[in-house]
Amino acid sequence: MKTNYTFGLDNFGDIPLDESGEAVTHAQAIRQVVDEAILADKLGVDIIALGEHHREEYSISSPEMVLAAIASRTKRIKLSSGVTVLSSDDPVRVYERFATLDAVSNGRAQIILGRGSFTESFPLFGYSLQDYDVLFEEKIELMAELLKEKPVSWSGTTRTELADADVFPKTESGRIETWVGVGGSPNSVLRAARYGFPLILAIIGGAPARFAPYVDLYKQAAKEYGTTAHPVGMHSPGYIADTDEEAMELAWPTFKTAFDAIGKTRGWAPWSYEHFKREVAMGSLYVGSPKTVAERIAHAMRAVGAERFDLVYGFGPVKASDRMKMVELYGKKVIPMVRELLEKS
Amino acid sequence: MAKRLAILGAGKLGIVLAQLALRAGYDVAIAASGDPAKIDLTVRTLAPGATAMTATDAAQWSDVIVLALPLSKYRTLPVTALAGKFVIDAMNYWWEVDGEREDSIPSDQSSSEAVQMLLAESTVIKALSHMGYHDLLDEARPSGAEGRRAIAVAADDDSARASAMQLVNDLGFDPLDIGSLANGRRLEPGNPAFGADLPLSKLKEII
Repeated sequence: MKTNYTFGLDNFGDIPLDESGEAVTHAQAIRQVVDEAILADKLGVDIIALGEHHREEYSISSPEMVLAAIASRTKRIKLSSGVTVLSSDDPVRVYERFATLDAVSNGRAQIILGRGSFTESFPLFGYSLQDYDVLFEEKIELMAELLKEKPVSWSGTTRTELADADVFPKTESGRIETWVGVGGSPNSVLRAARYGFPLILAIIGGAPARFAPYVDLYKQAAKEYGTTAHPVGMHSPGYIADTDEEAMELAWPTFKTAFDAIGKTRGWAPWSYEHFKREVAMGSLYVGSPKTVAERIAHAMRAVGAERFDLVYGFGPVKASDRMKMVELYGKKVIPMVRELLEKS
Repeated sequence: MAKRLAILGAGKLGIVLAQLALRAGYDVAIAASGDPAKIDLTVRTLAPGATAMTATDAAQWSDVIVLALPLSKYRTLPVTALAGKFVIDAMNYWWEVDGEREDSIPSDQSSSEAVQMLLAESTVIKALSHMGYHDLLDEARPSGAEGRRAIAVAADDDSARASAMQLVNDLGFDPLDIGSLANGRRLEPGNPAFGADLPLSKLKEII
């Protein structure tokens, strides 16, 4: 049986730079993503996934609003969040918003549920970080029920109880495609398997092969729980340019800026160039010419056992025109090359 | 007889440490909170060869125990079972699992000192805490190998320090003695050494 590989582009609404090197406005950053998604759709990229953040360096706090705009101007690309921070959201509203997106896009909505990797959304929406675990545990349970599109009865500690509540609109397919995004916690892998959600691994550092056992764990767990083990996806950052040299030169300052900003919130030291080079050579940064990036993606997908690969593009302060070019190189060159490499093996 | 290592915590770090210890020929026990059956599949799949136990059983089974549980849960440690043991604290404050730091550790205390205060009858060493869990897995190398990375060890007791340094070496890293347990503060988040994945001489420089 031929494997159905899929390829996505993921973006958090990072603020691109204009031709003079100035950061554009948040509003312009959002319009840029819409334009990029339109190009990605034309080039046959399978999925655009937009992250939800509530921080100055990212313009997208409402991914489904941007996805709805993209829906009206595209034909076939799937429209995904990446991720929806379920812990600080209301599963009923998440369902309603994505079912609406599914309607306006003729069935192209997709959700990636996650716990989130920043703290801001918790105080913003009145949740306590102390409840990080219970919030996700309860809300994913309710979400799994809502996705069945039948009246739901549910009670818990993190939201008002539901008694035979029916939620609308219903989708035409009967189900919004919903994944769980996981950063590498074995418990999160087990949770995805328990509810029968497909799993997408956020692999942002180190050798991707170390995640292969997590794929085994997901499959084993699905077997034990009697749920379906779906194809597994992976998501990693990258930078594509015409040549390896150009990509390295352009990528280094943008990744350093982006990862150092995250490092500040976590307390880890700034990135060194050696660290960056190592991640590019054998870790989880896909940087280089289309050929180099395609070879690394194919190698990583095989090593992990992934059937979906999402490239996080435009991470950090990248020039708008370079981002657009990256979308073009990914759609026109990288994806066909990866498919060819995977089908050969 | 193979050396024994008990690891309390079956998350990202606990699993990687179990994998490294198995590779180094240790007998490994691993515990999460509560029933070991809950982590049985995880251990079988990710660290085959290790045995899932309760935290109390694991602490009693080995003379050296690594703490790889969420820092905010340290008050749930089996204090009695850990008495008289060498306890290697690999924990760090991490908001996703710990909430606000001040809720678990007084702001004027290093986290390992707080752990030592709770485990008054144990000897606490801070080690295996500053390198990211995926770097630990990717960078472990045999003794003398080129480019071998270093891991800092902070302890007040000499034999405890020696034991932790031996473990670090066995797992695939050059141990770096940084003195007293209180010095472990220099390895905590927000310091240059946090996240450091460097050879011995470079690690020494930044600490």
